[in-house]
Amino acid sequence: MAEDVLKSGNLPENPERATLEGRNKFMGFWFFLGGEVVLFASLFGTYLALRNSTVDGPTGQEIFGLGLVFLMTVILLTSSLTSVYAMYHMKNNDFKKMQLWLGITVLLGFAFLGLEIYEFVHYVNDYGFGFSTSAFSTAFYTLVGFHGAHVAFGLLWIISLMIRNRKRGLNLYNAPKFYIASLYWHFIDVVWVFIFTVVYLMGKVG
Amino acid sequence: MADNTNSANQTQKKQFYKKKHREQMKHQVITFAMMIAFTMLAFGLVMAEVDAMFTVPIILVLAAVQVLFQLYYFMHMAEEGHEWPAAMIYSGVFAAVLTILALTIIVWW
Repeated sequence: MAEDVLKSGNLPENPERATLEGRNKFMGFWFFLGGEVVLFASLFGTYLALRNSTVDGPTGQEIFGLGLVFLMTVILLTSSLTSVYAMYHMKNNDFKKMQLWLGITVLLGFAFLGLEIYEFVHYVNDYGFGFSTSAFSTAFYTLVGFHGAHVAFGLLWIISLMIRNRKRGLNLYNAPKFYIASLYWHFIDVVWVFIFTVVYLMGKVG
Repeated sequence: MADNTNSANQTQKKQFYKKKHREQMKHQVITFAMMIAFTMLAFGLVMAEVDAMFTVPIILVLAAVQVLFQLYYFMHMAEEGHEWPAAMIYSGVFAAVLTILALTIIVWW
């Protein structure tokens, strides 16, 4: 069994967990996600505690626009589905289609990030809602910005994988890498579901 | 000869898995449609300005269900061999609930 994993054409059913290295990555990454849950919980807790401390600055109810948030939600949710499509093609050992769907995921991710930047610029310029305007604004930008940074990191991660492996094709060495990047991308969506519910929707309700 | 049956088996296996994957993908698309529906329901409730005492619990439940869909189907936690991932995420959720409770109760007190 001196088979080169960089050239394996016949992938097993779960290529992401077929090697010891892959299994370790898989396990370690879920461990990391457990930690990320706690990290975001501290940011959510801070936000919930400070969301009414607006001092003289604007409140969430005044500035949040649900139309934009809905659009961002649909874009991110769709990008989650497109990365599921990418993993579907990975399991069928179709490297080109996997790359294509990852590419679509990346484009949607950039659209989301662009809208978020637009949103922040809009708050700062039109409402004078800066990072240090109030405890509420600081908690808001920290929580939502941290999520945005996760999106940016996820994009860089997926793009790097796509470029680095473009000539290698799919194999037992890089299948776990792609799989884990897609888990990360789904996790970003998990966090966003709570952000749009707790920050925007509950902020609008008051 | 042995090689022939072997490769015939291989193609058969491949076709079987392809079909299985297509079935799974269909479920994923249904999951996606339901998540979009939950999102629209949550936004709709807030936009229709239904009473906050009613809206807030409902949208929190909708978010929780949507996240479970994401974890169990999109992130494959429903598939075999995900006992440890589940243990890790639920430990995280446990600590998360404590953190959020502690921080909000301190301020509310």
